[in-house]
Amino acid sequence: MKPYHIALKNLLRRPARMFFLTVALAVGLAAVVALVTLANSMTADIEHTMDQFGANILITPKSNDLALSYGGISLGRVAFDQRELDPSVLERIRTIKNRQNIAVAAPKVLGTVTIKGRELLLVGVDFAAELRLKPWWRLNGTEPSAEQDALLGNAAAQALGVKPGEQLQVGNRSFTITAILQDTGSQDDGLLFVPLAAAQAITGKQGQITLIEVAALCTGCPIDEMVEQISGVLPDAKVSAIKQVVEGRLQTIGQLKRFSLGMGGVIALISLALVFVTMMGSVTERKVEIGIFRAIGYRTGHVMGIILLEAGLVGLAAGLIGYGLGIAAAVVTLPFMASSDHPHLLVQWQVALPAVLSVALVSLLAAWYPARKAGKMDPADALRSL
Amino acid sequence: MITVTNLTKNYPSGEGAVPALRGIDLTVATGEFICIMGQSGSGKSTLLTILGGMCHPSDGSVTIDGTPLYELNDDGLADFRARHFGFVFQSFHLVPYLTALENVMLPLAPLTMTATEKRSMAAEALARVGLAGKEGRLPSKLSGGEQERVAIARAVVNRPTLLFADEPTGNLDSATSDQVMALFSELHRAGQTIVMVTHNPDNGRYAQRTIRLKDGLVVS
Repeated sequence: MKPYHIALKNLLRRPARMFFLTVALAVGLAAVVALVTLANSMTADIEHTMDQFGANILITPKSNDLALSYGGISLGRVAFDQRELDPSVLERIRTIKNRQNIAVAAPKVLGTVTIKGRELLLVGVDFAAELRLKPWWRLNGTEPSAEQDALLGNAAAQALGVKPGEQLQVGNRSFTITAILQDTGSQDDGLLFVPLAAAQAITGKQGQITLIEVAALCTGCPIDEMVEQISGVLPDAKVSAIKQVVEGRLQTIGQLKRFSLGMGGVIALISLALVFVTMMGSVTERKVEIGIFRAIGYRTGHVMGIILLEAGLVGLAAGLIGYGLGIAAAVVTLPFMASSDHPHLLVQWQVALPAVLSVALVSLLAAWYPARKAGKMDPADALRSL
Repeated sequence: MITVTNLTKNYPSGEGAVPALRGIDLTVATGEFICIMGQSGSGKSTLLTILGGMCHPSDGSVTIDGTPLYELNDDGLADFRARHFGFVFQSFHLVPYLTALENVMLPLAPLTMTATEKRSMAAEALARVGLAGKEGRLPSKLSGGEQERVAIARAVVNRPTLLFADEPTGNLDSATSDQVMALFSELHRAGQTIVMVTHNPDNGRYAQRTIRLKDGLVVS
């Protein structure tokens, strides 16, 4: 027999009391674990969705323009030094420190053309990169692959009366419309997409690029740092992050995280009080028993060890049960809160370990004073009959 | 050997200190069985508590086999109690959720020895008090006399230099009391030094010497 046997035996003596204390602590922890896990999972889900969403960095040439306004009335902007990007930018952005986070870099050249008496915006693209960048595109027809292949937005196709497989004359070049883009609800519906080189030739911008859309693998990657890195290698370009859409959502999740941690603090205080009261009650109730231990030669440390071990075991059990309950609650709740159809629950040891240990630590802290009181108990006082 | 010199104990009270012991001098030889008697409030329990290393005296000293007891620190005193003393309490004071064997093993728990050794010593002590075969019983499943025997087994399991007993028959009927006192007598014959507090004159006949206390002083 060792002093810890006494702790275990005593825990088993009052199973109901210890069960309810464990459940109370476990439920408190479960709430915090569920909220933190949900917040982390939702953040990851949004980041994953953003990866799927397309470009999140836009590279355009720097242009000097002036905002014209008078008397509070805006008259638009006037660009007086319009420039284009040169093709070397594609190679240069692949040299940044976080280059492994670049999923796609899709260059574009823009220009206007007149077809069948209608003005249309012509977009020269690298089709392979563009189709990776916009996985939500649905095509009626086949993907463009040859130099004379072109893709037409749905609205533009209707306006021009063109169907997949038909020829379209643009300037002195003829293109085969291999596919019509289904409605996207965006400006893409009114555009004509042709291979980059062809568009450069038609618009007279040989070897030039108007803009590059970059999709960065966002999960865990620092978009702002990547923007800085790209700006560093492209001093003549304007590099901006397209993140306003998700920022609001991320901010909400951030608030949820802060709320979870705040709630964790409150629950920790309640748990502290709960364990303290229970252990103080236990020490008072076991005064004679502790007096016997002290009388027969148990040191202060031995008695403290017994009380702290009981509290630590309850805390550890509550930590493990609470973490399990929290994860289970998060599994049930996540599908209703995440933005994607198949959200992935983020189970992290960085959450599990501190969660379980924090409850054990709170229990130990709360039991410290009662344990100290028990350890310092005067055996003669405890055993008044002696 | 116990040597007590000018032992004084005052308990604080609202109107000043209340004297419980007023300068006691006492010697108990190794192997002796002494009985401390006196009326309630005479100071006998206080004397036993101080001899047992559980209560610091206000003045005076207690020396056990050359060791000044109250010059030890708290842990030192606890270790001394664990190795040299055995206690039998009036109300048995068995731990209710431990079996008879586990109760007897309690004083061995903080000591460095194997579990087998502890178990063997506890079983031997229980056999010595006639409780072989009842090792697995909880205190609630034992009679008063059996509980007292378990308490005695617990007190002697560490083979103490000194065995202290406080009214060991206070809660027992006369037949069981005689059996328990016979057990103390047997332990004494085996060489155990015993200091017993009692107000039962019948118990006094088992002891070699009786010390009578009155108002905190030794009167005979």
